[in-house]
Amino acid sequence: MAQNFPQIDPSMLLEQMLLIRAYEEAIVAGSAAGAVPGTCTSVGQEAAAVGVVNALAAEDLILTNHRSAGHLLARGADPGRLLAEVMGREGGYCGGRSGSLHIAVKELGVVLTSTIVGGELAMAPGVALSRSMLGLPGIVVCFFGDGAACEGRFHESLNLAALWNLPVLYVCENNHWQAFVHRREAMSREHVSDWAASYGIPAQTIDGNDVLAVLAAAQTATEQVRTSGRPYLLEVLTYRTRGHFEPDDQAYVDREELAAWLARDPIKLLGDRLVADGSMTASGHARLADKVATRICAAHAFADASPYPNADTLTRDVYA
Amino acid sequence: MPILTLYDAVGAALTEEMRRDRTVMAFGEGIATKRHELVSEFGALRVRNTPLAEGIIAGTAVGAAATGLRPVIDLLFAPFLCYAMDELVNSAGKLRYMSGGQWSFPLVTLAMTGAGWGVGAQHNHNVEAWFVHSPGLKVVMPSTPADAKGLLKAAIRDDNPVLFFLDIGLLHEPGEVPDTEATIPLGTAAVRREGHDVTLVSYGKTVHNCLRAADELAAAGVSAEVVDLRSLKPLDMPTVLASVAKTGRLVVVHEANRLCGVGAEIAAVVAEEAFASLKAPIARLGGPDAPVAASYPLEQAFVPQAAAIAAAAERLCRRQYA
Ligand SMILES: Cc1ncc(C[n+]2csc(CCOP(=O)(O)OP(=O)(O)O)c2C)c(N)n1
Repeated sequence: MAQNFPQIDPSMLLEQMLLIRAYEEAIVAGSAAGAVPGTCTSVGQEAAAVGVVNALAAEDLILTNHRSAGHLLARGADPGRLLAEVMGREGGYCGGRSGSLHIAVKELGVVLTSTIVGGELAMAPGVALSRSMLGLPGIVVCFFGDGAACEGRFHESLNLAALWNLPVLYVCENNHWQAFVHRREAMSREHVSDWAASYGIPAQTIDGNDVLAVLAAAQTATEQVRTSGRPYLLEVLTYRTRGHFEPDDQAYVDREELAAWLARDPIKLLGDRLVADGSMTASGHARLADKVATRICAAHAFADASPYPNADTLTRDVYA
Repeated sequence: MPILTLYDAVGAALTEEMRRDRTVMAFGEGIATKRHELVSEFGALRVRNTPLAEGIIAGTAVGAAATGLRPVIDLLFAPFLCYAMDELVNSAGKLRYMSGGQWSFPLVTLAMTGAGWGVGAQHNHNVEAWFVHSPGLKVVMPSTPADAKGLLKAAIRDDNPVLFFLDIGLLHEPGEVPDTEATIPLGTAAVRREGHDVTLVSYGKTVHNCLRAADELAAAGVSAEVVDLRSLKPLDMPTVLASVAKTGRLVVVHEANRLCGVGAEIAAVVAEEAFASLKAPIARLGGPDAPVAASYPLEQAFVPQAAAIAAAAERLCRRQYA
């Protein structure tokens, strides 16, 4: 397969992961202080989002789920407008109607977001169908969790996408948890990718905490979907290190399992690697962290200043 | 004017709209088999059979509608909508609003329902009110072939998700259907018969029972006006209120369960907004709170029949209400 993928500067990937982490930590702190509603954070899963999204083209469309901050920020969403949305403000991407759970950003091609687990899987074939029927460029990337893969819709979606030759890249962020149930208690197979095989869909399971590995696998996968016009499933193994939503004491989480994944924190992995191979200095790393912190401060200022929606807009946009 | 059955009027609407707009496509469980003339004219990509998987059919329509197509999906019988409830209610109905108006979902879902074939409760269940109760959706149920064509054309052009119910008992009834571009705006009721003593409001096949009841009432000296709602959402309350203002009496009739049915909403709005014009209490006739039996006499007993409608109307007219 052609490997002429665009060169992506690893320090940019690091910066995006730092931005996502800082954004999520601002939400954690804000919700602990009672100023921001708690969300399903993507802490620990940054490499999955950043690796996949950086393999996409501008015309590609994204569907995602309740744990979407990483996907949105990696796609270039403004952290201020995201935070405003989480806080229910008019300046949010959806005017405060979504909150954290259904954020769609049309201008970035983040088309549909479902907090109904599996909703994004149900809609993905249709978004791809409109590409193929209207001759529009771009493939469809559908992010979902291992929990969603246990919904019937996952299986219906894969069957239809395979049957109708639809250009969907299914990306399962397998973070080992389905709310308060471990995947071992819920899945008849070890991997979500095992299921793809029965629909004749090529699939790969990869280390989701190594952003460069995710990027390389996603570049290969997107290329394959683009050239074949057919679906592909990428299973990205990672870990939800802060629990299901804020706050979550994770008393039910196996300490050893959590510790093992924390030791492989995706940001630390890449940062250490870049410093070790000499492509980044420790002070360069610190500068990135400062830059990101400044953006999050500005985001907070924007969100805090954004007004709440006026109650007379309560029923706006129900109908077209 | 050509004579078509309601089933063929649906086909005529699909044909005309697919000719007019290349983004219209149709898929569902057997639609390409049963309406093969559509496949011949528009090709196997625009008219498709699907797997038996109502959820993904509806979800695919939702995704396609958001991103440039106007899908019409055929989910066969209304109870099967339960498998597609999430996609229709949670996605199609809500994601426009939740996204702050970024998306719209121009899609039409066809489903058959009602007495006539003795198919029993897992094929015949008038669930219209469920969708009326869900924000973001529109709901249509025609009573004539001409309306089926005109309303379906309007539904396909509408930028909102529309549930389009086909009454099984009317499916093969013939009627005059214009072969012109006649669309019927959603949300407009039709006065099927004018009268001044009592208003009979209905939709679907019980409109015809109301018309038969009006004949019986006329013989007894009572003049009944019959209003066919056609759309349940939007609901044309101005037409209902104008009729009640004239007659002062209202009987609401439908085959669906009376409990929390569309008739309850109509009765409530009339009580709120036209109380002063009422000369008698409002009467509601609807199906019982029971699954529909397959046995023919039981299935018929489920449906408000003309004699019962006439009797209810006559009671309102004859009794004195102090
Ligand atoms: C249909 C549905 N069932 C249950 C829930 C409650 N819920 C929200 S997220 C979640 C876990 C989903 O697990 P997974 O798909 O693996 O995604 P993750 O949260 O791990 O990212 C559950 C059970 C829901 N939102 N929707």
